[in-house]
Amino acid sequence: MTASVELPPKLSELVDDFSEVDVKDRLQLLLELSQELPALPERYAGHRNAMEQVHECQTPLFLAVEVDPERTVHLFFDAPPEAPTTRGFASIMYTGLDGESADTVLGVPNDFYLALGLGEAVSPLRLRGMVAMLARIKNQVRSAR
Amino acid sequence: MPVPNDTDPKLSAYAHPERLVTTQWLAEHLGEPGLVVVESDEDVLLYDTGHIPGSVKVDWHTELNDPVTRDYVDGQRFAEICGERGISRDSTVVFYGDRNNWWATYALWVFSLFGHPDVRILDGGRAKWVAEGREMTTEQSKPERVEYPVIERDDSTIRAFKDQVRAHLGKPLVDVRSPGEYSGELLHMPDYPQEGAVRGGHIPGAASVPWARAAAGDGTFKSREDLEDIYQREQGLSPDDDVIAYCRIGERSSHTWFVLTHLLGFPQVRNYDGSWTEWGNSVRVPIAVGTERGSVS
Repeated sequence: MTASVELPPKLSELVDDFSEVDVKDRLQLLLELSQELPALPERYAGHRNAMEQVHECQTPLFLAVEVDPERTVHLFFDAPPEAPTTRGFASIMYTGLDGESADTVLGVPNDFYLALGLGEAVSPLRLRGMVAMLARIKNQVRSAR
Repeated sequence: MPVPNDTDPKLSAYAHPERLVTTQWLAEHLGEPGLVVVESDEDVLLYDTGHIPGSVKVDWHTELNDPVTRDYVDGQRFAEICGERGISRDSTVVFYGDRNNWWATYALWVFSLFGHPDVRILDGGRAKWVAEGREMTTEQSKPERVEYPVIERDDSTIRAFKDQVRAHLGKPLVDVRSPGEYSGELLHMPDYPQEGAVRGGHIPGAASVPWARAAAGDGTFKSREDLEDIYQREQGLSPDDDVIAYCRIGERSSHTWFVLTHLLGFPQVRNYDGSWTEWGNSVRVPIAVGTERGSVS
């Protein structure tokens, strides 16, 4: 597992928040984050065909990535309310990576999520949705170059 | 002391109507002594966003499975899980959940491995309860801890292992996955690529009966008549058969196990929980691809 020095500050803070509490509180944190995921802006709301589906998640999750002229990454997620765990994962990605530079996002280790310690709380099988989210975000950032 | 059965006419045609309750019945009996309502979902946080008042959560993934070995928890751990939730050996346990009650039936099936006497499914699950505008709460349930006996799990009656499936080839097998998974076109359920296998296809001789054929649009089970049309008249299964059902990890096949066992009254149905994640990754097991059932010659 790689050191948190490679993580952007907000993501690093999240890793600390999760790893510092016990399993039960990690679930609670994930729930709170799921409630904080911002709504989609008009250009994406109701326009799933303009977004990419993250098939690895258990429920339909759609993702859009924009890289502006300053090479700053903006993330947009459409995650249904009946999938709070998936929303929670999306919120971790959003909170940790939205507004970071393209290079910073590409530099996030693919296994960073291990440090969150969520495997015990949600089961390793369910965690793969988050792995897929990061992979697809990176792919979109790369193709935006 | 068990809570009275639901005598709703829709249920009475089933072989074991005492294994189902309607939303109306549950609304009327909530809070009664002897009743424990359990929510089991695909999403581990769904319960926390709102649940049936007084219900407790049992997460199939993190609470019914051994954390190291691919197997279910032992009698000791099961007793703890029940006791903590106020479930005693004579409790009436009603299960409900998301995804058409997949995980609710899977949890009920695990409780059945431990022989818990009175287990029932809420017909229509979480979706129907919510669609009917019935009460949901985020208030944390605080059940009184009770004693639950340590019971040795019985894996011989309703559970099938890989070697038993091998020996069963030629006898009735029901594959409840999507047609694309059955034929081998898809190595995983659409939307679940993490549950992959190195080979696609089905167990030779298995009939393709996707689980959803047993469910109506609102998530309730179809009528007895409709279910008999599918499983007996169309697929040729009979109550005299020794049937094994499977999917990918056993959650959809537990839904079908419930249908065959409790709604159609088949006395010999087993769930092969290793399912395709085991069979499709196993060395030298026979596999059939395409739409035909195939056979082992």
